[in-house]
Amino acid sequence: MEDKLVQRIKADPDYHTLVSRRSTYGWVLSVIMLVVYYGYILLIAFNRDLLATRIGNGVMTWGIPIGLAVIVFTVLITGIYVRRANGEFDELTARIREKALR
Amino acid sequence: MAMAGAGSAAWAAGDSLGQTVKQATNWTAILMFGAFVIFTLFITKWAAAKTKSASDFYTAGGGITGFQNGMAIAGDYMSAASFLGISAAVYLNGYDGLIYSIGFLVGWPVLTFLMAERLRNLGRFTFADVAAYRFAQQPIRIFAASGTLVVVAFYLIAQMVGAGQLIKLLFGLEYWMAVIIVGTLMMIYVLFGGMTATTWVQIIKAIMLLGGASFMSFMVLLKFNFSPEALFAKAVEVHAKKDAIMAPGGFIKDPISAISFGMALMFGTAGLPHILMRFFTVPSAKEARKSVLWATTWIAYFYLLTFIIGFGAIVLVSTNPQFTESPGKLFGGDNMAAVHLASAVGGNVFLGFISAVAFATILAVVAGLTLSGASAVSHDLYSVVIRKGTATSLEELKVSRITTVALGIIAVILGIVFERQNIAFMVSLAFAVAASATFPVLFMSVLWPNCTTRGATVGGFLGLLTAVVLTVLSKSVWVDVFHNASAIFPYTSPALFSMTAGFVGIWLFSITDNSARAQLDREGYEAMKVRSETGIGASGASGH
Repeated sequence: MEDKLVQRIKADPDYHTLVSRRSTYGWVLSVIMLVVYYGYILLIAFNRDLLATRIGNGVMTWGIPIGLAVIVFTVLITGIYVRRANGEFDELTARIREKALR
Repeated sequence: MAMAGAGSAAWAAGDSLGQTVKQATNWTAILMFGAFVIFTLFITKWAAAKTKSASDFYTAGGGITGFQNGMAIAGDYMSAASFLGISAAVYLNGYDGLIYSIGFLVGWPVLTFLMAERLRNLGRFTFADVAAYRFAQQPIRIFAASGTLVVVAFYLIAQMVGAGQLIKLLFGLEYWMAVIIVGTLMMIYVLFGGMTATTWVQIIKAIMLLGGASFMSFMVLLKFNFSPEALFAKAVEVHAKKDAIMAPGGFIKDPISAISFGMALMFGTAGLPHILMRFFTVPSAKEARKSVLWATTWIAYFYLLTFIIGFGAIVLVSTNPQFTESPGKLFGGDNMAAVHLASAVGGNVFLGFISAVAFATILAVVAGLTLSGASAVSHDLYSVVIRKGTATSLEELKVSRITTVALGIIAVILGIVFERQNIAFMVSLAFAVAASATFPVLFMSVLWPNCTTRGATVGGFLGLLTAVVLTVLSKSVWVDVFHNASAIFPYTSPALFSMTAGFVGIWLFSITDNSARAQLDREGYEAMKVRSETGIGASGASGH
C-alpha cells in the first residue's frame, strides 16, 4: 500500500475510532466466549455432580440444558458480533475509504 | 474439515472400525452414490469451463457469496468422522458426546472475532499470504507450506483409511477399490474444477447431510411424541450405563487434559489450512463474516442433531437384534450406530441414501484438503519461493494441477498402506499442529507489531515440532502404535504445551531479533494494519 495513502488514513480520526472500537469489541467477546467454554469445561472437571443432578422427577439432568445453552450461546455471540460489524463498523469503514480514496 | 475431518472419541479410538468385514454389496447405496457422483461430475464440468486462471483454481475467482461459503465451510467441517463418530460417542457414552461436539464448535467465534475479516483483507490465495504479508517471503512461506502439508497429510490419510473401511462396510466393495475410487474422484473434482467445483460439491453434500440427519432426528423424536424427556428416559432404561449417560463420564479425566484438548479444538479450527482457504473465496470482509456466521449456525445445528441421533441409536438400534451381532455389539462396530439408525427409521432406501451421503462427505473433504495442499505447493513454494513471483497465472495453474495428481496418488498409496494401522491419532495431531504452528504465527504476525520474520519462522517450527514430538510420546502413538507399556506424555492433547512453545518461541525470537530485516518487519506493521482493518488495497472478486 502506498505510504501517502497509509499516512492519510492514519491521520483520520474515524480510522482510530474504528480500530479501537472493533479491537475492544473483538477482544471482549473473545474473552467472554473463552470464559463460557472453559467455565463449562472446568465445571465438568471439578463439579461433575452439579451437572449430574436431576431437574425435577424425570431423568433430565442440569448438564443437558447447560450444554445446549453453550451451543446456542456460541451461535448468538457470533451473530451479535457480525451484526455490529456488518452495520456500524462497515459504515465507518466505508466513510474512511471514501475520504482516503477521494 | 472433514470435520474438518475431525475425528471423534469413538472414531478416534479406531478399534471399532479397525478390521471391518466386507458386507454384502448394497446396490441401493451404490446407485444413490452413483447419482451423486454423476451430478457432481456435471458440476465439475461446468466449473472447469470457469476455471481459467490460478485465481479461479484457488478461490473460485472470489465470487462465492457469504451464504454459499458458510454452507461450504460447514460441509468441510461436518465430516463422515463427525457424523458417524460423534453419534457413536453419544451412543456409547451419552452426554460425553455432547462435550466433545461443543469443543469443535467454540473455535468459530474466536475465528470470527479475531481473524476472519483480517484474513480476507490481507490474503489472496493461501493463509501464508496473510502470515507472510510484511515479512521476508522465503522463510515464512516454507514454514507455512510445511505446516500445511503436515496437517493435510495426516488429515488426508485418516480420511482415506476411514473412507476405505466405511465403503467396504456399507457398499460391500474391497478396501483398496474404495480407496482408489475416492482418490480418483477427488482428483477429478480438484484437477478440473478447482475451488469452484469443491465448493459446490461441499454445498450439495452439506445439504444432503443436514437433510438426512434432520429426517433421522425428526423420526426419532416422532417416536417419542417430541418429548426429549421420554427419549432420554427410554435410553437410560436400555443403556448399560443407565443414568450415567445423562451426565459427564470419563471423557474429561483431569483439568490439564481438558484444557489442553479444548485448546487444540478451539485454536486448531482457526489454523486449518483448508478452512482458512475458504475465506478467500468471498468478495469482501462483510461476506467473510457472513460465511462464518452461517457456518457456525449449521455446525451447531448439526451437533444438536448428532446428539439426538446418538440417543435414537441407543433406543432403536441397540435393542434391535437386526443390528446387533450379539447383545451390545453392533454389526460393523459402534461407528455404524448412525447408519443402523438410518435403516431403523427409513428402511433400506434411506439406508442407501445415508451410506451415499457418508461416502460423499469423505469425498468432498478430501477434495478440499487436496486443494489446500496443492495451493501450498504451487502458490507458496513454487510461485513465491522458487520463482520469486515471476510465474504467470497459467504456469502456477499448471503446477497446481500436477501437484493435485501427485497428492492424489500419494493419498491413495498411503491410504492402502495404512489400512490396518491405528490411525486414531492422526486427526488430533492435525488439529494440534494447526493450533500450535499455524494459528500462533497468523495471530502474532497480524496482531503484534514486534513480530519479525525470524521470530515467526522459528517459533512456528518450534510449535510444529513440539506438537509432533509430544503426540508421538502420547498414548495414542507410543502405546497404541509402538506397543510400549505406558506413555511418556500423559495428557490427551499436546496443545497446551505446544501452543505455549509456539507463542513463546515467536515472542522470544522476535524480541531478540535486531537484524535489518526485523526493522523492515516492524515498520511494515502500520501499513498492514491499515489494510487489514479497512480492506483498502485488498483483492476484490474475480480479478484478483
